[in-house]
Amino acid sequence: MTFTEGAPKPAIDAKQTHITTTWKNTTPLIACCFDPQGRYLFTSSEDTPVQRWEIATGKKTVYTGHESWVRDIACLPDGKTVVTVGSDDTMIFWPTTGDAPKPIRTITAHKGWVRTVSVSPDGKLIATGGNDNLVKLWNATDGKLVREIPGHESNVYSTLFHPTGKFLLSGDLNGQVKQWDVASGKLIRTFDAKELHTYNGSQQVHYGGVRGLAISPDGKYLACCGLHKATNPLGAVNEPLVLLYEWESQKKVRSHVAAGVRGIGWELTYLTDGTLVCASGGSGGGFLLFFKPDNGKEFHKFKLPDTARAMAKHPDSLQLATIHADRNVRISRVTAKPPAPKAVPKKT
Amino acid sequence: MKCKYACQSDEHTFARRQFLGGMAGGIVGGLGAMTQPAVAAKLVKEQKRVLVVYMSGGLSQLESWDPKPKTDTGGPFRAIPTAVPGIHISELLPSTAKLMNHLSLIRSINTKNNDHGKGRYQMTHGRNKMPGADFPHFGAVSAKALSPADSGLPGHIRVSNGGGGNRGNDAAYLGPKFASVTVGGKPPKNSARDKSLTPTADQLRNSFRKKMNEGFSAKRRTAETDAYTYSYEQAQQLMAKRDIFDVTKEPAKDLERYGKYDFGRHCLLARRLLENGLPFVQVSHSNYDTHNENFNFHLEQVGEFDRSFAALISDLNTRGLLESTLVVVMSEFGRTPRINKYYGRDHWGTAWSVCLGGGRIKPGAVIGKTNKNGTAVTDRQVDHGHLFHTYLAAVGLDSSASFDIGGRPIPMADPSMGPIEELLS
Repeated sequence: MTFTEGAPKPAIDAKQTHITTTWKNTTPLIACCFDPQGRYLFTSSEDTPVQRWEIATGKKTVYTGHESWVRDIACLPDGKTVVTVGSDDTMIFWPTTGDAPKPIRTITAHKGWVRTVSVSPDGKLIATGGNDNLVKLWNATDGKLVREIPGHESNVYSTLFHPTGKFLLSGDLNGQVKQWDVASGKLIRTFDAKELHTYNGSQQVHYGGVRGLAISPDGKYLACCGLHKATNPLGAVNEPLVLLYEWESQKKVRSHVAAGVRGIGWELTYLTDGTLVCASGGSGGGFLLFFKPDNGKEFHKFKLPDTARAMAKHPDSLQLATIHADRNVRISRVTAKPPAPKAVPKKT
Repeated sequence: MKCKYACQSDEHTFARRQFLGGMAGGIVGGLGAMTQPAVAAKLVKEQKRVLVVYMSGGLSQLESWDPKPKTDTGGPFRAIPTAVPGIHISELLPSTAKLMNHLSLIRSINTKNNDHGKGRYQMTHGRNKMPGADFPHFGAVSAKALSPADSGLPGHIRVSNGGGGNRGNDAAYLGPKFASVTVGGKPPKNSARDKSLTPTADQLRNSFRKKMNEGFSAKRRTAETDAYTYSYEQAQQLMAKRDIFDVTKEPAKDLERYGKYDFGRHCLLARRLLENGLPFVQVSHSNYDTHNENFNFHLEQVGEFDRSFAALISDLNTRGLLESTLVVVMSEFGRTPRINKYYGRDHWGTAWSVCLGGGRIKPGAVIGKTNKNGTAVTDRQVDHGHLFHTYLAAVGLDSSASFDIGGRPIPMADPSMGPIEELLS
């Protein structure tokens, strides 16, 4: 769906969310990321390649180079480089364009899976987190390690740079969100989101973790998501949960839950109007859950055709891509549908 | 007047008296009950043992013994080389990979079953569960066939958290003496002399009992009175050896090496029990029933398994016990090659694997094969019946032999099957 250049930008209306685009991949999908110019959506799948989907045409280009699943994807702001991290311990820098893209740089980034990658707002730093319980900062220009940041006591599931670029946030399996000073690598404080972690004694498993992080556009809130009510972790019996904290005071102000939804909160993003969106997926199906900070319950719940596994926000802030176990990429608009073209009267 | 043994009680705690109660079935002396006494005598001389590591819930063969990396079913883990050239296993098993020259794999199991209960029964009893028929657990068979006749200890041990001596009901026609006893790292309950009883008083009490028994037996000796007497003798041995069950007697540095978590402690206890001549020990690791987030959970579980299991295999080898101890890592089934919507794998008995070693198992062997993405067996298909025969043969038993149960021969293993001969040395 395209809108006329120069026309007023449609207003966000979450309750009017609708799917505009569906593309089918050959294997189930894992992660996704828009490039900053909004030309492409990058995805990864349950084999080893990365896919680049041209938004305008749906044309798919395959990137091969990883030895295992790609778990997260991020783009540098200049739109020239995309970075992927995977279960093969590596981080790969790729060109965003080209018909047969080859790795620019391959780095053994962590010992064990690299689960998360983020790019600083100025594009100079890359942050990764992995199964070695470490957070690492890398120079985005040459890929050199800038700093290794120990401190987590479980696998690092998510990372996010604060919009000021001064801080890095990282969330782990135990439900701890740490705020680091980017310049020094020192721990500033920890947000205790242990509600996102479960240890099930009868199944003897740790489960949950901070799957997604987001900072509100006004900088007032930190949101993190995952799951709770994990009565049967091995059987996917759990519900998504979003925890909302005041950034300054660290006070938890809200637990966002969605009635009747089973699954995991995989990813979070804020729309420009302050609406918090959580992509959930699991045994209850896939949803886009829309929250406002003054209410614990969602004000809208958009059912997706299949369980969602990840979400990315288009630079226009009006489109959300979700990727799915049924191999489909789906792009949804959080606006009203444009009016249908007027029917041309038939000539009599 | 007949003695009332504790087995008549509803209480299932393996107290000393209940252990004695198991004797009331009238089968005394495991090897003596076999139909081939000559074989039994040989086994007494060269005692064999069995260690089962039970991966409860269904270990994924793709995340362990038969990885299929870079396929549509392979998942995120890579395969790594092992101590045996050409054999690759999951990267989740780096320590075990270094010991693969002591172990072997069967990658072609098709048990045609996806049910937990039926699968557990198949793999631990060697037969399908059928209405109206019950067969003894592998542990009961081992206890009966491999226990020295003069053993004062239970021969069929399961190690589990909180196990205080619970007695199982899994010996079928072999009788309760061979049923499992569950221990958790401490001596069985009530196996210590009561504090109010001095050693001298205890000795006097036993002497008096013996004297009375002898007087009674001289006039009215029966099989029951013999069993009664024997039970007391066994109980005394159990009391004397109760520390065998106490894992805290093992060096702290060994616990460090095995891992300070339940499975690490249980493996260390298994070593202690096997070293002390107990013929069958089963350690379980839980839980692999990963319909959801199979990869995160296998990462967590298999990593824990690898450390403790490798420490145990290494110790059994360096202490000279591996030659006489069959080791089997089994589950009730494997897991589906297809990855479900929740990154899970479901139940799969069609093409999966076990790992085994020790005893007569040829080290470094791989039996059977699955196709490229693990969805079917392509070579040397076997099932639980073949495996059960192989286990028995690996500890020197003739798996086609029968137990003599009240004058009736009952085959130890399914007579329509046989062992995997090429896996046996």
